[in-house]
Amino acid sequence: MEYFLELLINGALTGLMYSLAALGFVLIYKSSGVPNLAQGALVMLGAYLTWYFTNAWGIPIFLGIAVAVVAMFLFGMLTERFLLRKMVGQPIIMIVMLTLGLEILLRGVAPGFLGAAPKSIDVGIDLAPIIIGDIFINRGYLVGAIVALVLVAASLLFFRTRLGTKLRAVSDDHVSSWAVGISVERAIAVSWALAGASAVAAGVMWGAEQGVDHNLAALLFPAVAVVILGGLDSIYGVVVGGLIVGILGSVIPGYVDPLVGGGTRDVVVSLIILLTILFRPHGIFGREDIERV
Amino acid sequence: MFYRLTGVYQTDYAKDRALWPIPTDRWIALLLLAIAIAAPFIFQVHYVANYMLPWLIWSSAALALTLLMGVAGQLHFGFAAVMAIGAYSSIHLARFGVPFELALLGAGLISAVIGSIFGAAALRVKGLYLVMATLAMQYLVDWVIVNVPAISGGAQATLRTPDVSFLFIPLESVWLYYMALLWTVVVTLFVLNIKRSSYGRALVAVRDKDYAASIIGVSPFRYKLSAFFTSSFIGGISGAILAFCYYQAVTPEQFGFHVSIQLVAMVLVGGLGSVVGAYLGAGFVLLLPMILTNFVAGLGAMGILNVSASLLAHIPLMAYGALIIVFLLAEPLGLAKIYDNTRKYFLVWPFRHGQS
Repeated sequence: MEYFLELLINGALTGLMYSLAALGFVLIYKSSGVPNLAQGALVMLGAYLTWYFTNAWGIPIFLGIAVAVVAMFLFGMLTERFLLRKMVGQPIIMIVMLTLGLEILLRGVAPGFLGAAPKSIDVGIDLAPIIIGDIFINRGYLVGAIVALVLVAASLLFFRTRLGTKLRAVSDDHVSSWAVGISVERAIAVSWALAGASAVAAGVMWGAEQGVDHNLAALLFPAVAVVILGGLDSIYGVVVGGLIVGILGSVIPGYVDPLVGGGTRDVVVSLIILLTILFRPHGIFGREDIERV
Repeated sequence: MFYRLTGVYQTDYAKDRALWPIPTDRWIALLLLAIAIAAPFIFQVHYVANYMLPWLIWSSAALALTLLMGVAGQLHFGFAAVMAIGAYSSIHLARFGVPFELALLGAGLISAVIGSIFGAAALRVKGLYLVMATLAMQYLVDWVIVNVPAISGGAQATLRTPDVSFLFIPLESVWLYYMALLWTVVVTLFVLNIKRSSYGRALVAVRDKDYAASIIGVSPFRYKLSAFFTSSFIGGISGAILAFCYYQAVTPEQFGFHVSIQLVAMVLVGGLGSVVGAYLGAGFVLLLPMILTNFVAGLGAMGILNVSASLLAHIPLMAYGALIIVFLLAEPLGLAKIYDNTRKYFLVWPFRHGQS
């Protein structure tokens, strides 16, 4: 029972950390309908930049994070301006492939120029686990989960501000937004910039936990499962999807891994993606697309 | 120029569907084939075995994928898994003592059947969701191959291909190359001809709008599944040929997720649905990163450029990511479109306008 509870709690915390990585995906998809498969690479880049600024400039970690957030904010805007804006109206395969191309490019550039060996970010979290009864809880995951919840709440509040309302209008209909004088391009650029900034949070939390190297980009896969399950354009979906993916991805491997020799987490994640798509493609909270001839 | 044609003068549909609308196209194709056949005698063994051989096999895989993605319009991000199924089944069949010819067919059929299961997702969803579904299936197939010792030969194991002969010719040295060439020629002829048959036009109808296709009596169910079946069959055999003729020892990593992305990149860089494009795209995606790495390493060795080992190791990734981005932005229709523009220019050269 303790084993199960431990898997459950740590799974839920990991799941919320997945939500942190998945948040940017939803922000972009919600406003522009672009599936950003480079989100994992953005997380990696955010972690690399934080590490670079704190080590190369010798500034305190929280200042380094702030600089990285600014840098990623600009990077997101530039990506939208020079890459995605030219793809408006192209078939979805082109857009998917473009973000994948960006993913591959970043996975080459960041380790290529900043070093491929794993690096550590120290955000001052005690490595010793919290022990409640017989249950060990990972302190890093706990902090990450709290950060995730704070950021999700912040995005929910953001969508109630003036700018957020514009973004929601853009996500409803591009042409009508133009008609009432909203700059669709700027709204989409803002969503990319916010996704870049949230990627820094994910990068720092995951990087502090498992080291900064190209493996951070592999977060894309669980993040995709989270957003597919929760619904591609739902902020609530990110939390619920994250919890489900995290818990199933921790409890099932906890019991099945010893029997089959490991690696079941990827299988669970794949099955979640596959079953969601087969039975409820728009996810739990997503908006269903209606197709007309 | 040698293949001038001032306009399109067909008077019936049979001529419009001709495989070679311009006679010179046929002669160019035959010339290329002659060069490919004579290659082991003209070029150094090193170039034939390490550059031309993989190029040919990857071209045949790209042709299979372009049939599915370009002609039938079904996105597939798990094609490497299909090739892996073909490679592993052919090796196991050959090890059981099945003749290589039958082992190839068996591998193709097994891949086609499992590949059609990938297609089941296509019946329900399309676009982005189909990308995600096939991607998930890629992970599932990978996991099954790695974790079932009967398939992979145990964790972290490499499986050597047994010695085989094709039509009584033992497959070794130069015959490996001819085997790959034969398969690629067969696939090329097949895809070229499928595009001008009623079957190909039905696939195109499903690609353009499946609802509309079903209204005019083309069953999307049937054609989507059969597109997955056909292309997985070709992909499976290409995987088997890749294992037997090029790798000769397979590991699951050789057919991982990144290979699927690479195949999609080949198809897109070449040009969706184009036969010439599959060759050009495969060559570009496969060879450019190799050449660039050698070039930068050469500059580093000469002392012109100071590159660290980790930078050098990541040049292929950068080159290949940048290649995809640049092509999508600059020429979304791919190398095939560039080829087509050049060809059209020379059709009427030295005049500026023709009627084609």
